Amino acid sequence: MPASETIASLRKLLGAGNVLTQPEDLIPYSFDGTAALTQLPGCVVFATKTDEVAGVLKLANQSRIPVVTRGSGTGLSGGSLPSPDCIVLCLTRMNRILEVDRANLTMLVEPGVTTQAIADTAAGVGLFYPPDPGSMKISTIGGNVAENSGGLRGLKYGITRNYVMGLEVVLPDGEILWTGNKCVKDVAGYSLRDLFIGSEGTLGVITKVLLRLIPKPAAKKTMVATYADMGQAAQTVSDIIAAQIIPCTLEFLDRTTIRCVEDFANVGLPLDCEALLLMETDGHPAAVLEEAAKMEELARQNGALEVRVAKDDAEASKLATARRSAFSALARLAPTTILEDATVPRSELAKMIRFVAEVAKKYNLRVGTFGHMGDGNLHPTFLTDERNKDEMHRVEEAFKEIFDEAIRLGGTITGEHGVGVAKKSFLPKFAGGAQMRVMRELRRALDPNGILNPGKMFD
Amino acid sequence: MSAAHSHLKSLDYSIVQQCMHCGLCLPTCPTYDATKLERNSPRGRIALMRAIADDRLEVTKAFGEEMYFCLGCLACQTACPAGVNYAELFEHARAEIEEKQVLANPKRNFIRSFTVRWLFMDLHHLELLGKALRLYQQLGLQTLVRRSGILRLLPKRLRELETTTPEVCEKFSAELIAPVTPAAGQKRYRVAMLTGCAQDLTFSDVNRDTVEVLAVNCCEVVTPPEQNCCGSLHAHNGEWTLAQQLARRNIDQFPPGQFDAIITNAGGCGSHLKHYAKLLADDPVYSQRAELWDAKVKDIHEWLTQIKLRIPHSAPRTSIVTYHESCHLTHGQKVVSQPREILRAIPGLKLVELPEASWCCGSAGIYNLTQPEMAGQMLDRKIKHIKSTRATVVATANPGCLLQLINGAKQHGLNLRVVHPVTLLAEAYRNS
Repeated sequence: MPASETIASLRKLLGAGNVLTQPEDLIPYSFDGTAALTQLPGCVVFATKTDEVAGVLKLANQSRIPVVTRGSGTGLSGGSLPSPDCIVLCLTRMNRILEVDRANLTMLVEPGVTTQAIADTAAGVGLFYPPDPGSMKISTIGGNVAENSGGLRGLKYGITRNYVMGLEVVLPDGEILWTGNKCVKDVAGYSLRDLFIGSEGTLGVITKVLLRLIPKPAAKKTMVATYADMGQAAQTVSDIIAAQIIPCTLEFLDRTTIRCVEDFANVGLPLDCEALLLMETDGHPAAVLEEAAKMEELARQNGALEVRVAKDDAEASKLATARRSAFSALARLAPTTILEDATVPRSELAKMIRFVAEVAKKYNLRVGTFGHMGDGNLHPTFLTDERNKDEMHRVEEAFKEIFDEAIRLGGTITGEHGVGVAKKSFLPKFAGGAQMRVMRELRRALDPNGILNPGKMFD
Repeated sequence: MSAAHSHLKSLDYSIVQQCMHCGLCLPTCPTYDATKLERNSPRGRIALMRAIADDRLEVTKAFGEEMYFCLGCLACQTACPAGVNYAELFEHARAEIEEKQVLANPKRNFIRSFTVRWLFMDLHHLELLGKALRLYQQLGLQTLVRRSGILRLLPKRLRELETTTPEVCEKFSAELIAPVTPAAGQKRYRVAMLTGCAQDLTFSDVNRDTVEVLAVNCCEVVTPPEQNCCGSLHAHNGEWTLAQQLARRNIDQFPPGQFDAIITNAGGCGSHLKHYAKLLADDPVYSQRAELWDAKVKDIHEWLTQIKLRIPHSAPRTSIVTYHESCHLTHGQKVVSQPREILRAIPGLKLVELPEASWCCGSAGIYNLTQPEMAGQMLDRKIKHIKSTRATVVATANPGCLLQLINGAKQHGLNLRVVHPVTLLAEAYRNS
């Protein structure tokens, strides 16, 4: 635990109720959404204003105490896993929506606002905030920006980065910085905003986010196609892209995942198939009709066993929610589910899926694979038990091969979950010496004392 | 049980390990929603239980308080894609807290001995209390006491509690219902009907309506005048052994092989009644019978839709109705669509969906007595949503919820009829 005078100063700064030190309070903050990683923090503090965040950082910087910023703790790479004796700076109570600007199509929010609240608020005025990570019901925008989260709609609408216009960031010495604005065009200086997006809490603490909104698509159509063979599903996706259709969602589940998801969600997914594609197109009603018809045709040409079109919005949203539960639902089969997000160029996806299956076989591991087929972002999930040391070792070996193959195919070690702790050891090989050097120098320039999220991303 | 015994340590570890802390339970947890503290969330509580199972944490007073701050609403269980059995974890945690006595103090010990170990172990005791309370209310003593201002001498907490004392029914179930009610017309099923304890004291009319509705739907209904508590109060409050005792008594009184169904109309009781097999798993004499029992227990709405209820021809006087889901009916028993189907089947009744219908109203067994502040906040939230529907009637299928909403309507000066769905159905049959 930090020294008692530090705790006293934090209490003075934030109020006694906003500084937690008891084991019963700290244990629930000793993990995030990542499997098999735990570390007790020194204390947990809640800030409700930018000034308070600045105060905490100043204090930590002077005393050289590590600070790990955290939202709802749903991250999947250990990004908000505490470091030993650190201060966990929790921003879930900094959750006001400050402005919705309908003239400029922007929204200004505090970092603790949930992604769902942003989507709902935008929808309430006929606008649309597209990024929809799996945990959107509870994930916070601060975490989304820090991890540059993706989601089911990445293929057509992009990821969090594409919707951030400005940021307020507190630097490790407590100085407050604004980067970006409501202008669509702005080329004045380096885009520091883009540097902070995806920086995983290592360069500063995000205290305000200015988001870009877009008009809400007038219509959408959602459908599910099932296949006896994963290759046919992959081919359908390639054919859809080749037909110059960009659907907003092209998700796939393998047999294992389908069963778990159906077991939880009871949405009537067909169980007797090897692969399932969840497809959605949105936009102008006429275009949606035409695209949906073409997608259905392509699915059938590729041997789909069944194509089912959602009859209304309620059914469509049930299907999307079911898909979002995939990762957690796999935990029905095994106590520990280790999920990765190796990503390859779309053209290499079928190869990569085959490779994952072969590796699982080679290491005698159970795997459930699902993911964003439209953007090449795979989620192979190994089903294991963290108490089985031997099997855990085989999982590690399998992932090494999978990441090597992803890199060989021109892909990346993480498409949307971040490096954090989970992929730290793979980053140097992926990024190469020059990138690693620049990243290290940038981090040192902004955080010379190394207090922000130490041990994450790279040392 | 030896002093060294630990419920959490002897649990199959896979049950605690099932939680992969993804956080999808957080937005559905009323206590987390109110405080935004992980400790007050399902995954936070499970993390504490796991720490105890791993010997990283003792069973402390703070842990005890945390587990009693949990409503036990089980909304997290519905939200959990991984299928964590939170109900089981919750009951074991509370049992361990009681065994280790970390919350023990003379006042709490007295209240627990009086209620859990005396009042609800023998329903004669409860009936006695009910009769005394009824007398107090009928003789106008309550009004007198309230007007006299004598209550101002009581501590604030007790004063508030006095105003929420439920109105005791004029007649209890045994005075309203024959031990055996024949089916109206052709008999197709023979069912038993559990009259409950709190339900019987305060809503015996709901029991009578349930029996009537069953009879109309070709069921012969067996309703012995003397029954037992289902034991959910005991299981949820760490009295494992007493809960087992009550389960055995119920199985003895209603041998499940003799009935097509064993009917309950209280969401909370039903949720517990359907899990006797787990409770008696280690009992060589009762374990098999308990499995059959579990299969035979049906919530009234579930049973009526299963046997295709007779559609009434005429409507009760009410028009716009909304439906508040009892937590244990929805999350515990997963009976969600059936009460709505029944309400929709009543002609002239317009069902308007209640926003956040499945969010706990704060009653949660005896939670409104043990955690009045949190329960009050939740009640206010519920009443706000009920107002937004403009309904004049709210239907709900659990005595705790009924009482809580009646009190809420009173506090907010709302002219609202709070009623069990079965009562609306019974009225419609009577008018037909």
